[in-house]
Amino acid sequence: MSILVFLEHHGADLQKGSLGALTKAASLGDPDVAGVVVGHSVRSVAPQAGKFGASRVFVADDPSLGPALPQPRVDVLERLIRQRGFDTVLFAASVLAADVAAGLAARLGAGLNWDLTDLVRQEGRLVGTRPALGDSVYVDVGWKSEPRLALIRSGSFEAAATGGQAELEDLDFELQEFSQAATMVDQAHEESEGPSIEDADVIVAGGRGLGKPESFALVEELARALGGAVGATRAVVDAGWYPYAAQVGQTGKTVSPKLYIGCGISGAIQHKVGMQSSSVIVAINKDPNAPIFEYADLGVVGDLHEIVPKLTQLVRARKAR
Amino acid sequence: MKIAVCVKYVPEANAPKRIDPETKRLDRSVDGALNPFDVHAVEEALRIKETSGDGEVVLVSLGTERTLEALRRALAMGADRSVLVADDAAAGSDLVATSRVLSRALEREQPDLVLFGQQASDSDGAVLWAAVADLLHMPLVSQAAELALTDGRARAKRQTEFGYDVIEAPLPAVIAVSDAINEPRYPSLKGIMGAKRKPQETVSLTDLGLDGEDAGEAGSLTEVYALLDPPARGDSLKIEDTGDAAEQIVEFLADRRLL
Ligand SMILES: Cc1cc2nc3c(=O)[nH]c(=O)nc-3n(C[C@H](O)[C@H](O)[C@H](O)COP(=O)(O)OP(=O)(O)OC[C@H]3O[C@@H](n4cnc5c(N)ncnc54)[C@H](O)[C@@H]3O)c2cc1C
Ligand SMILES: Nc1ncnc2c1ncn2[C@@H]1O[C@H](COP(=O)(O)O)[C@@H](O)[C@H]1O
Repeated sequence: MSILVFLEHHGADLQKGSLGALTKAASLGDPDVAGVVVGHSVRSVAPQAGKFGASRVFVADDPSLGPALPQPRVDVLERLIRQRGFDTVLFAASVLAADVAAGLAARLGAGLNWDLTDLVRQEGRLVGTRPALGDSVYVDVGWKSEPRLALIRSGSFEAAATGGQAELEDLDFELQEFSQAATMVDQAHEESEGPSIEDADVIVAGGRGLGKPESFALVEELARALGGAVGATRAVVDAGWYPYAAQVGQTGKTVSPKLYIGCGISGAIQHKVGMQSSSVIVAINKDPNAPIFEYADLGVVGDLHEIVPKLTQLVRARKAR
Repeated sequence: MKIAVCVKYVPEANAPKRIDPETKRLDRSVDGALNPFDVHAVEEALRIKETSGDGEVVLVSLGTERTLEALRRALAMGADRSVLVADDAAAGSDLVATSRVLSRALEREQPDLVLFGQQASDSDGAVLWAAVADLLHMPLVSQAAELALTDGRARAKRQTEFGYDVIEAPLPAVIAVSDAINEPRYPSLKGIMGAKRKPQETVSLTDLGLDGEDAGEAGSLTEVYALLDPPARGDSLKIEDTGDAAEQIVEFLADRRLL
């Protein structure tokens, strides 16, 4: 087996998820795990991968690769894989990595399995675990040909530093015209201020079920009564109902409070990966089939507009006792 | 301006969902509907058409014949016509096989803009657009929460793990929209009546110049080995609010010393 891991970086750091994928790759029995870093001024970032199991890191470093856009990366990876013949390529799920993996699948005519929470070698073949249908069934999946492409669900593998060193190798690349057509015109990378919800013991989170931005007051009041912080889904953050700093999930914060109360949240996988390690999960949703009930410790089927204000009052009364 | 919208027929939110242990495919015999995420893409297409004052919105789907009825709902919202690729040989198509079929169907249409939804609710892939964009040699923007078109260019704002990006691409382009981009309209009675007269074309793989080897299980490069039960969960409780849910939540929290 020869495994290549797509190493995503942000600023001067390789991403935790990518390093987790690298750690996993190194545990699968390939003596020669490789990583690839694509971007601008990334040569200094690449050596970090050695500690997590990469013996070689390919580096494509160029201003044209600076913006975090997928299509130029497909060009770079296509060439690398055709030249070196890797049989397996791992990607840790992210907005960027998912688009690179799927573009590459089409380019190479290669099979892509996504949302994998585990990867094992079984009787000589590689088998992935994919939770499906709102995680109600686990599916063992495989590939009929090489290279095998795999996208790994956020948070599936811990990054473990083993302390090795990686050899760096610069890559030649050529970009297709259509790959360069999309351009990054602006980026707003918000550094959050104030206490982060990552440290809160209690989080009360609201989703689109609140119906309108003003209803976040219900969530805020309950959070205050419980001495907790407010969380939100991407749907309401993207719609401008609540700030990005409060977002929980794949592209937001990963939280693990003692208590998480979700109000009007469907519980999509991308939300779940950010809060599933909460000790106790309570969900209030009027749809009895909402996916969040699959993993809530207490599921309450009902209208949050009825339940949440009453709950706030009861909590206040109890705390006042 | 011609806008193609890729839409998928999926089991309805309330239908019992299961994977058939025989075929290892999703049981698609239950009641279905248009993927709710794709309805946002249809809405966005209609808004673009309305703002620009002219244009055509074409729905493109790979699915079974049952998809036709679901497509009618999007036609009732205001889409102009639909193209359905329905072929037994396409059943069980994976990402690569599906992208091959859809890109062929899209090539026939020569659209200025191809819209996708955020994810298919039955597959949770959120990947297909990138494969299609590659096959069509078109620029790609995914997760667009805001979209504006001016002078033959698309400008989209989207969220990533690090904050917000604003990305521009010349048309024709492939854009996948997030579920926060708009609030889809309901079809009007007039829309529903009118939808019955809108053109709905059904094509086979052969019509697209493809054969059985290109799609379905034969054209797929991934496979399913086994179905397993999810890991056991600890004790969990589900209640229906009959007026005292708040009291029950308090009791539950107190029992666990969370209050
Ligand atoms: C690459 C990618 C990354 C993503 N990252 C994130 C992320 O970081 N975080 C995140 O949250 N999402 C993320 N998403 C989006 C995610 O897939 C869902 O679209 C999103 O979480 C849905 O938000 P929601 O639950 O608020 O809305 P919906 O899915 O619309 O759910 C609203 C729920 O409210 C319920 N409801 C309605 N009215 C009431 C009422 N009166 N009382 C009680 N319940 C009610 C409904 O039954 C429904 O279940 C991502 C998606 C992708 C593709
Ligand atoms: N069979 C299909 N026919 C047409 N469009 C599809 C099909 N499957 C998926 N799509 C589109 O691709 C998007 C992402 O799907 P997925 O990557 O499977 O989650 C959906 O929101 C649809 O816009």
